[in-house]
Amino acid sequence: MAGEPIAEGLFTWPSDQPRLIGGRCGECDAVSFPRRHGCPRCGAVAVTEELLGREGTLWTWTSQGFAPKEPFNGNVTVGAQHAPWFVGLVEIPGELRIEALLVGVTPETIEIGMPVHLVVVPWRVDDEGRETVTFAFAPGAAGQAAHDGGGVAAGV
Amino acid sequence: MEGWQQVSDVAIIGVGLHPFGRYPGKSALTMGAEAARLALADAGLAWPDVDFAVGGSFEVDQPDAVVAELGMTGLPFTNVYNGCATAGSALALAAQQIRLGEHRIGLVLGLDKHEGGAFTADPTAYACPAWYGEMGLFLTTKFFGMKINRYMHDHGITQQTLARVAAKAYANGAVNPTAFRRTALSEEEILSSRMLNFPLTQYMFCSPDEGAAAVVVCDADIARRYTDTPVYLRSVVTRTRRYGAFEVHTPSAALEHVPAPTVEAARAAYEAAGIGPEDVQIAQLQDTDAGNEVMHMAEVGLCADGEQNELIAAGATTITGSLPVNTDGGLIANGEPVGASGLRQVHELVTQMRGRAGDRQVPSVPRVGLAQLYGAPGVAAVSILTT
Repeated sequence: MAGEPIAEGLFTWPSDQPRLIGGRCGECDAVSFPRRHGCPRCGAVAVTEELLGREGTLWTWTSQGFAPKEPFNGNVTVGAQHAPWFVGLVEIPGELRIEALLVGVTPETIEIGMPVHLVVVPWRVDDEGRETVTFAFAPGAAGQAAHDGGGVAAGV
Repeated sequence: MEGWQQVSDVAIIGVGLHPFGRYPGKSALTMGAEAARLALADAGLAWPDVDFAVGGSFEVDQPDAVVAELGMTGLPFTNVYNGCATAGSALALAAQQIRLGEHRIGLVLGLDKHEGGAFTADPTAYACPAWYGEMGLFLTTKFFGMKINRYMHDHGITQQTLARVAAKAYANGAVNPTAFRRTALSEEEILSSRMLNFPLTQYMFCSPDEGAAAVVVCDADIARRYTDTPVYLRSVVTRTRRYGAFEVHTPSAALEHVPAPTVEAARAAYEAAGIGPEDVQIAQLQDTDAGNEVMHMAEVGLCADGEQNELIAAGATTITGSLPVNTDGGLIANGEPVGASGLRQVHELVTQMRGRAGDRQVPSVPRVGLAQLYGAPGVAAVSILTT
């Protein structure tokens, strides 16, 4: 998939198996995301880069029934014409919980506890045709999703 | 003698409200001046009698500019902002100044004037990365949808309970002459309104709006010079989130779980006041949406997690129930001018505890009231009032 990541240092890209880039504290061992200079648990400035796990379970979710105001600027996988789409909090075992877009789910299939895995999806195309991609989570384990990276429709 | 019947050191002797709503062409400061004049008149005081003031607003950088309308008396006037807990911080600062003996009579003022729709801001100003906003995740309403959805999963709360909470808010608004939303809505109308963030529908949410509220506080020793019905501010506590709390505007949350800041603020407020949740006879809770009211009932200790279905179905939180909550319609029926919202809660508690609430008066005039605020990025305030 073409496109530049929505931010530098957010996920490994390009990659067949993208990973979110977080941090691990050298003092208290807490895993954090996104990576910051200081540790949110203990405040130590000893945070080093940590690639987060690709698989997790859905801890909670909601639908997004309206397009948010600026600075929201998605227009491909989600956006006004796609509402509602779905967002959730994904628990990465042994690490932390991450807020993210959810793709490939419907009101009928989405449920707390379902397995999900990290994917990279189209996010927006600007007026000059430049494409941006971002991260999301999709149902199932990382190995079984043949459609990854294909711009999964966000659901009903 | 019960602890809460002991003498307090800070009294509320006057309250004033500029009704919340939409006022095209009217500035937040003008609304603030009107609320201040009403509070002063209620206390039988004139502006030059006020030793100090504290003002809170999101949209107005310096609420002290209100002196242009109230009179430039040279008093010390401190502006505070602490998100949705702004009024709690303003009250706390005023109470501290009185307890320290710095001043004897103060005005606490909140005012705001927001545009319509969900709040937005620069994510980086809330310690969030820019991409978090670009992806549409920097949104309070979606956090509240996620929080109540998990809470419903864990504790069996139903969407019908959420609809009952909202219907109660509109019913209370219908009998409150100063409410923004004064039309009662049925549970069916609430449930069938547009789904904004599952399980929360449009009519389960409050709206940002406009308005002002003011409170006159004084050294309790002199309160009866100004009123026969002082209400005592027994405690006011603010807290921020701890590592492990699941909070609004957070790209990630820790696996380890700690209580929300409201829980810690409530515990500290009860301890400082020497009273417990079993003593509370009326509560004003941050009902940014119906789910928040349900969760905050438990977070401030008024019930256990999961008891809300039964309590709310039985009408416990209605005006005539055993534990009236948001008797003026709360945020859902009044909207939220951020800087003023918490002082509206205090205005309502004082009005009820003086027995002056008219059609919405709690039948047995309450003597212990609790007010709770919560907002981004994880701030809370809890105040306890007694007569």
